[in-house]
Amino acid sequence: MSFDLSPLILTFKLASVTTLILVLIGVPLAYWVAFTPRKWKYIIEPLISMPLVLPPTVLGFYILLFFSPRSFLGNFLDTVLHIQVVFTFLGLVIGSVLFSLPFMVNPIKAGFQSFPKSLIEASYALGKSRRETLLKVILPNIKPSLLTGVVMAFTHTVGEFGVVLMIGGSIPGKTRIASIAIFSEVEALNYSNANFYSGILFLISFMILFVLNAINRKAFKTI
Amino acid sequence: MIKIRAKKNLITSHGPIRLEVDFQILDKEFITLFGPSGVGKTTILRMIAGLTDPDEGFIQVDDEVWFDSDKGINRPIQERQISFVSQDYNLFPNMTVRENLEYALKDKKDESLINEFLEMVHLTELSGRKPDMLSGGQKQRVALIRALLRKPKIFLLDEPLSAVDLELRLKLQDEIFALYNQFKIPTIFVTHNLSEIFKLAHQIFIMEEGRIVRFGKPSEVFGEDALSGKFKFVGSILELEKEDFICIVTVQIGNNLTRVVATEEEARDWRVGDRVLVAAKAFNPIIFKI
Repeated sequence: MSFDLSPLILTFKLASVTTLILVLIGVPLAYWVAFTPRKWKYIIEPLISMPLVLPPTVLGFYILLFFSPRSFLGNFLDTVLHIQVVFTFLGLVIGSVLFSLPFMVNPIKAGFQSFPKSLIEASYALGKSRRETLLKVILPNIKPSLLTGVVMAFTHTVGEFGVVLMIGGSIPGKTRIASIAIFSEVEALNYSNANFYSGILFLISFMILFVLNAINRKAFKTI
Repeated sequence: MIKIRAKKNLITSHGPIRLEVDFQILDKEFITLFGPSGVGKTTILRMIAGLTDPDEGFIQVDDEVWFDSDKGINRPIQERQISFVSQDYNLFPNMTVRENLEYALKDKKDESLINEFLEMVHLTELSGRKPDMLSGGQKQRVALIRALLRKPKIFLLDEPLSAVDLELRLKLQDEIFALYNQFKIPTIFVTHNLSEIFKLAHQIFIMEEGRIVRFGKPSEVFGEDALSGKFKFVGSILELEKEDFICIVTVQIGNNLTRVVATEEEARDWRVGDRVLVAAKAFNPIIFKI
């Protein structure tokens, strides 16, 4: 019996792309939230954490409305730039980035906030800019937080269901990721297929967390 | 020449105080700020460094104006050539000793300076270690030479020795003085340790509740009290032993114990733990080298 591997490949492709994008926007965003004195961060902060409490279908529904070809933005993207978001891989990425945002931002933010202010001031006193201080002093010392953010965002994207189903549907090879494939196989009573996907996701998730713990133990020892 | 004039309202653990200072430091001068905690000593250093803004004031170092509330000048800390060393060392834990020092260099060509400085404080062998593998005294030495590598126009030391024990403290005092003598960078040293003042400072500024109440050479400032021909120490009673008509009182002064004889009548109201003044008046003190 042969299994279709495309849902698994798609899942890890989605998780990798999402995590990469989240690192690029998550670190600056966490830095801003952790250090800005501006008051309106108190609006941004809960917005970032919304996906933690919001049903994924609600988020998916709004993204669907927002990017549908009938909306202003969706229409503009479709007719002018020929970009389609709904029911495409791009749509999955946008949904996943928004949905996993708190899993990346919150641990890094906590790392920034618990980092000793006196060390940051020491770096400034040595004439170093904010940017250089961030790259050479702060980030290397909060590696465990960074790693936690990366792994949480990755594994969370792997386990996504509601948002992806709303935005991408279940198009084989295009938007059908493993978690959706499991649902479809169970619906079609193909338990052995569902078991195959489930087992692999289970194993990989366990391994990722196991390795994360091992690395964090080591990181705490060497810092 | 460094001019500092600053006003700022502070909230301290003893309640709000108004910090108001106006003083100058001549070239190559080593001054100490002395006073109890919560009078604004550290805040003065932070204002010079650019870590805290005065409510109003003026700070000029050589011919550069670093802060002027009237003209809206406020140079960021990176553009003020200062060095700041506190009792927390503030070495970067992700870097080795050498990397910590390299980080302070403005010009990578000065690499040879690092070796020279490491040699000076006897840390060459440890240059590959991370800070958490160093002792407190070693960390403080690294912090001091890292600060000097910045080639500061003013050296700010915020109780740098209060986290080390007495013996090491005396040794590091000598090292700070040796470093100072070599580079002659104007230095402000915050302390509440008298021996440091006498050993190191040209000028002392005594602070109380946000103001400088007295200043001058250490021997002048402490002239009336501490440097008279009398011995006068404050201590606390550890033990009272009654013997016939007299009473032998054991008093702790700092880390030393001393025994003093008192009459029974004098000792009647004294209790163990009372704070007392031990003084000798009539004769000249005799000094032995130990």
